[in-house]
Amino acid sequence: MATASVATHDSAHDHHDHEHHDNFVTKYIFSTDHKMIGKQYLVTGIFWAIIGGFLSILFRLQLGFPDMDMEFLRPILGGWITEEGQLDQTFYLALVTMHGTIMVFFVLTAGLSGTFSNFLIPLQIGARDMASGFMNMLSYWLFFISGVIMFISLFLKTGPAGGGWVVYPPLSALEQAIPGSGLGMTLWLVAMTFFIASSLLGGINYITTIINLRTKGMSFSRLPLTIWAFFLTAVIGLLSFPVLFSAALLLVFDRSFGTSFYLSDIYISGEALPNTGGSPVLYQHLFWFLGHPEVYIVLLPALGITSEVIATNSRKPIFGYKAMIISMLGITILSFIVWAHHMFVSGMNPFLGSIFMFLTLIIAIPSAVKVFNYLTTLWRGNLIFTPGMLFSIGLVSFFISGGLTGIFLGNSAIDIQLHDTYFVVAHFHLVMGSASFFGMLAGVYHWFPKMFGRMMDARLGYVHFWITFVGVYMVFFPMHYIGIAGFPRRYYSWTNFEFSNMYTDLNMFVSAAAIVTFAAQGIFLFNFFYSMYRGRKATQNPWRSTTLEWTAPIHPGHGNWPGEIPSVYRWPYDYSKPGAEEDFIPQTVPLSATPESNLPHEQEQVKLEIEIMKEEEAVLASNESEH
Amino acid sequence: MYGFLIAVGVLLLLSIIWMVYRIQTLVSVVKGSDKKIASGSNKINAILFVVFLVGSGLLMFWYSIKEFDNYQLPIASEHGVVTDRLFWITMAITGVVFLITHILLFIFPYKYQYKESRKATFYPDNNKLEIIWTAVPGVVLAGLVISGWMAWSDITAPAPENAHVIEVMGYQFAWDIRYAGKDNVLGEHDFRLITAQNSAGVNFKDKNAVDDFFSPVVVIPKGEPVLFKIRARDVLHSVFAPHMRLKMDAVPGMPTRFWFVATKTTEEMRAETGNPEFNYEIACTEICGRGHNGMRKVIEVVEPEAYQKWFAEQKTFLQNDPSLANGMETEMSELAEIQ
Repeated sequence: MATASVATHDSAHDHHDHEHHDNFVTKYIFSTDHKMIGKQYLVTGIFWAIIGGFLSILFRLQLGFPDMDMEFLRPILGGWITEEGQLDQTFYLALVTMHGTIMVFFVLTAGLSGTFSNFLIPLQIGARDMASGFMNMLSYWLFFISGVIMFISLFLKTGPAGGGWVVYPPLSALEQAIPGSGLGMTLWLVAMTFFIASSLLGGINYITTIINLRTKGMSFSRLPLTIWAFFLTAVIGLLSFPVLFSAALLLVFDRSFGTSFYLSDIYISGEALPNTGGSPVLYQHLFWFLGHPEVYIVLLPALGITSEVIATNSRKPIFGYKAMIISMLGITILSFIVWAHHMFVSGMNPFLGSIFMFLTLIIAIPSAVKVFNYLTTLWRGNLIFTPGMLFSIGLVSFFISGGLTGIFLGNSAIDIQLHDTYFVVAHFHLVMGSASFFGMLAGVYHWFPKMFGRMMDARLGYVHFWITFVGVYMVFFPMHYIGIAGFPRRYYSWTNFEFSNMYTDLNMFVSAAAIVTFAAQGIFLFNFFYSMYRGRKATQNPWRSTTLEWTAPIHPGHGNWPGEIPSVYRWPYDYSKPGAEEDFIPQTVPLSATPESNLPHEQEQVKLEIEIMKEEEAVLASNESEH
Repeated sequence: MYGFLIAVGVLLLLSIIWMVYRIQTLVSVVKGSDKKIASGSNKINAILFVVFLVGSGLLMFWYSIKEFDNYQLPIASEHGVVTDRLFWITMAITGVVFLITHILLFIFPYKYQYKESRKATFYPDNNKLEIIWTAVPGVVLAGLVISGWMAWSDITAPAPENAHVIEVMGYQFAWDIRYAGKDNVLGEHDFRLITAQNSAGVNFKDKNAVDDFFSPVVVIPKGEPVLFKIRARDVLHSVFAPHMRLKMDAVPGMPTRFWFVATKTTEEMRAETGNPEFNYEIACTEICGRGHNGMRKVIEVVEPEAYQKWFAEQKTFLQNDPSLANGMETEMSELAEIQ
């Protein structure tokens, strides 16, 4: 470790020399500084969240107010508004598809993981930057290209991809089946290819950085839970995204080169296609091999952020630090072997269904442990409701509500009725959509001072939280009733069926709630951009937190710490330690400096620590003589 | 003109909000409340959590009870009773967990809101607690898994020998229903044989196809097993009969199946629901294109005797359209005429 820190120390000096020459392009556009890249991800993520949210408002208008005259949308949607002033049916499907794709990949994967992994990993483990700044820059720009391509596909004459975000073939393979499977689907596949490359570059970087560039004393058992979460997320992504790539590649072959991986026995538009022997179910297996871990790629960083924010603002150590890590490890491993619970009624062998039901319900256990640990962390705390804390508590609530409905859906017998109904929509929007979204917002509120050196306005944050929190429940909770009643998802309207020709009032309510909730995000946008320039100046450690990033200057330069990287002497959760004067002890405070609050086993470590500090001083001295 | 007025109104509203925001910021700076660790808002937020808990809890119970008959679809199949029971058992268990965890989650913020005089309890871990709340969910989930697995095995077990075989074929955007006829065996099919007259691509050279017939409505007997043989001819579809608690994807190139026993005739259900117009329906639940939401088929459940009578009256494909027999061997076309 000692040699490693020497090396990073030297390279940091190089960075410092560069800093004065940074021009606009190298500072804001092709930056290799992890902090700037994190911010780039964040702003891009916010942009996509607005687009994705807006698309959902469009189809909620259709579902809530089916008779509404949508002529006023013609300036934006043009030909997608029919002559009768209605939303085009095919375009409705495209809206649903793009909403899903954008939210899952661009907002909650890139926007969440990309932002916070990039921003926090070097700052919290005590590194100058990512292992490879260049690869990191490349990762963002591939994501950007992916976004541009996906954005262009929104404006095609035949519309963007329209087969649902899962793009199951044959629908996604045959242009005759739906116009969106033409050029729109091609662009979808190209965009996703760039996206996968971006995720992999990012993921490799996160993993390498966490393993190799931790500062002195920052052992794995002293990592904040955020870092654990980012680490495991990157591992999941690294192992599962290539499988999505293979699925997409085979789909490209089927679409463009006449192969039959997924196609068989198809008669469409008056002709029998030559394909035989393929299996659409194969695609589903490959897709969900990413698709399910993807849920945890989206969720784990949010849980990591929550752990950090809740501990800080409860002024208490996170309860069961080791149990939290073990739970996340369990979730990571199990996330790879539950994918087929999305396919209970796909026609796959029912025996497989039994196996996957069993594995799926096991994954509920580590999730439950995490919830109980959050609750115990709040118990007998000294809670400060910063906006970040509010959003974290909101996340726990969504995680419970959405997680419990997963127990229904993971049970193959119950899933027969609920599969592809609004019950599923309610389930995953709460547990992965809203929970992760809240994790992201909690993170933004919490680390905004570190990002921009200014504070976001807390009161606007409270208003934003309460409208959004209540709004999300008003949108998604009623969907459980609609789903139990059997309403299928991805339906343009339900009036063709007697069993679903009702609940127009409830759907109207949901749509109204969605519009209000979406509009309330304007408060956040204002707060975010206004505070960036005009917010109150932040202090160095505004939340009185223990982790390393708050020891860096308010405006950290490229290299993060001006002098030597601080060493770490304790775990990140020494809040309200008995005997200590303050209610937090930063990780950089040696145990030998706090004899009054040390626990018995820590007292034993003091001797060892003093030795290490001596060694470190020697290294410092030799560095000084070199320069 | 309207647009202009609305724009002015919005602008005014925004500027008022803006001014309120600036004023309260200035006030908080003057008061120095931004320097405090927890301002007065801390208490308000703590109270709001309790308000939310009580308010949304009451709303949930009120609506769940009031609307029960609306969202709880009547059950009309034997296995539906089993899966619904599982559903409600799971609902009871998760409901209790949902309530307890949420009460704690929203009461704690109120109870343990920041006080300068108090220090939080340093309570980093407790292995006993961790083991308890790993084991208890484990045991409960094991119970759910086992009961679910038993139900699932029964539902997906091979259909009884005497099940009435009906083919349900999905295509954009409708279902084709083919009955196996007197021999209760469906004739072979091949997608290359599909024509305007032969939409299911039935191979009429196959002896078993001779007595197959088409029906615009799925007519099935009450109390007897029915086997749906499900396939698709263009893209994925999914057969969903909500009252039968039945769902199975229709996959091009890979036949699937689902068997069930209907327990109530359409007439009985009309009496039970008090809706003389009631019909059992099939819908599509796998996105399949523009007309995804319009793939309706009616299931008519009748008494077994009425079913036998109806069944005997049906005309086969070949009787309806003898030209389908073109290219058939003479021996078989005679057979078709006799039928």
